[in-house]
Amino acid sequence: MDILLQQIINGLVLGSMYALIALGYTMVYGIIQLINFAHGEVLMIGALTSWSCIGLMRDAMPGAPGWVILLLATIIACFVAAVLNYTIEKVAYRPLRNSPRLAPLITAIGMSLLLQTLAMIIWKPNYKPYPTLLPSTPFEVGGAVITTTQVLILSVTVIALAAMVYLVSYTRLGRAMRATAENPRVAALMGVKPDMVISATFIIGAVLAAIAGIMYASNYGTAQHTMGFLPGLKAFTAAVFGGIGNLTGAVVGGILLGLIEAIGSGYIGQLTGGVLGSHYTDIFAFIVLIIILTLRPSGLLGERVADRA
Amino acid sequence: MKNHKIQWVLGAVALLVLPLILQYFGNAWVRIADLALLYVMLALGLNIVVGYAGLLDLGYVAFYAVGAYMFGLLASPHLADNFAWFAAHFPEGLHMSLWMVIPLALVLAAITGVLLGIPVLKLRGDYLAIVTLGFGEIIRIFLNNLDHPVNITNGPKGLGQIDSVKIFGLDFGRRLELFGFDISSVTLYYYLFLALVLVTIVVCYRLQDSRIGRAWMAIREDEIAAKAMGINTRNMKLLAFGMGASFGGVAGSMFAAFQGFVSPESFSLMESVMIVAMVVLGGIGHIPGVILGAVLLSALPEVLRYVAGPLQAMTDGRLDASILRQLLIALAMIIVMLLRPRGLWPAPEHGKSLAQKS
Repeated sequence: MDILLQQIINGLVLGSMYALIALGYTMVYGIIQLINFAHGEVLMIGALTSWSCIGLMRDAMPGAPGWVILLLATIIACFVAAVLNYTIEKVAYRPLRNSPRLAPLITAIGMSLLLQTLAMIIWKPNYKPYPTLLPSTPFEVGGAVITTTQVLILSVTVIALAAMVYLVSYTRLGRAMRATAENPRVAALMGVKPDMVISATFIIGAVLAAIAGIMYASNYGTAQHTMGFLPGLKAFTAAVFGGIGNLTGAVVGGILLGLIEAIGSGYIGQLTGGVLGSHYTDIFAFIVLIIILTLRPSGLLGERVADRA
Repeated sequence: MKNHKIQWVLGAVALLVLPLILQYFGNAWVRIADLALLYVMLALGLNIVVGYAGLLDLGYVAFYAVGAYMFGLLASPHLADNFAWFAAHFPEGLHMSLWMVIPLALVLAAITGVLLGIPVLKLRGDYLAIVTLGFGEIIRIFLNNLDHPVNITNGPKGLGQIDSVKIFGLDFGRRLELFGFDISSVTLYYYLFLALVLVTIVVCYRLQDSRIGRAWMAIREDEIAAKAMGINTRNMKLLAFGMGASFGGVAGSMFAAFQGFVSPESFSLMESVMIVAMVVLGGIGHIPGVILGAVLLSALPEVLRYVAGPLQAMTDGRLDASILRQLLIALAMIIVMLLRPRGLWPAPEHGKSLAQKS
């Protein structure tokens, strides 16, 4: 029983990180129908930038409390990620907006590869220990252990989700985003500037990804140039799971995927009598993806979009 | 017309002589040519799926892996070492001839292709891309972990001591002396791969002009219209997956024989991405373009290896050959797409030219 509760908590934490990344994916897909393969790499750049910032700031102001350093590093990382994602969209995706659909997908894959390579050149390929800056006194809830980092991750996700829902449903920008997603040409006739809206979407997505990257790195205690790829892929799965283009769907999908993964990897050994071990963890996301797409291509909460793809 | 003939003859002679010239500069260069030929085969196979039928497959390397592991298991002592019954039945081990290996790899990969195709029939575009990517990863995870409780793939350590190819008593793993002239093992493989590539090219051209090829292109252009015209889109798509996969399987078994070693590392997502990049960069759906893309992307990075040494020293070890290779591929993917979204050597647009003539 304790294992189950523990795995549920782990799953929730993992899932909320997926949800944050999936939000960026789903917004971009909703507006320009592009799988932004480089999204996971934006997350990685965010995490590595914050790692460098933390190192520099610790040297510069030795007495500063951990949370101040973490906050400053997060802000800088978010800024860097936002500039990066804005540039990627402008350089690699915008010129191809009227090309065959395969072209932007290929540049997206190329961009993901390029960012990984650049990160490898800048930060070198080794694993970097990610410092714990918050007081980490794990506390027990009903036999399961939770750390402060995990509580922080959960609360940040809730706040980010609330902010996103507010932004999309009640602000001018949100209305422009929804209009562009519906039909860019008509939106342009109504005075919306689709290019600006798309740029804004990429910037918001990058900020969420950078935050997720920092949380990912603090949760696992390491950062590396390949760290973005798998979470990115799983976040896309989460977005498809929940119904791509749908914000709530992304969060629900992310959390469910996290739970499936955590519970699945906790019990796979027992269920299969030790034949399959926990190193099969990464398989769950793909299996979920395949099942969802074959049975219900529109996802749990989505409209039917598979034919548009 | 006569000019064409001369060009063909010159091209054929150049291809035949190429490894003998490269041999003088060292076997490493012939190896590069060998691998380039394997990539041409892979790219042509993927071109059937992506270029003709318009199904973007990001997990193509799975079929390459199926072929490679099939040959690796059948031609190495691994099975005999790990399974008593296998050792009891085949005390000498299985040493199959090329005429068995190739059809077997072809059939096995084709079956895998069809099996993977069934659940994704309804998907198109990005969704298909991401699911096939998932399939590729699942296969790689299994290859990586199937070393216990039953050791089938030997996990990350991979399978070694794989036999070389033998036809008519000719062992491709040894150098051959012909009229006092030394032909190294890699050169022999070059001719084998060249022959396979030529067969592949012929098959591709024949497919392209056949009813099947036209049906695929109809599906690529407009699936609903194709269906309305009486094309069985389900069977045609499965056929595309199967045929594309079969080339991958053959290339994989040849790769295993050539290397003498296979491990999951050779079948990463990066490899799939690279094959897709070859097809798309060269000119999707256009055979000469695809060959160009495959040769460029497989040979150029290897050549760059020789540039990388000084560069590595200059940049404090940060820019080594493999990083440079990745950088080049990434930049090529982005820049070529931006400048020529239809590839370096795109297919002439059949539909429009026909419309103008009539």
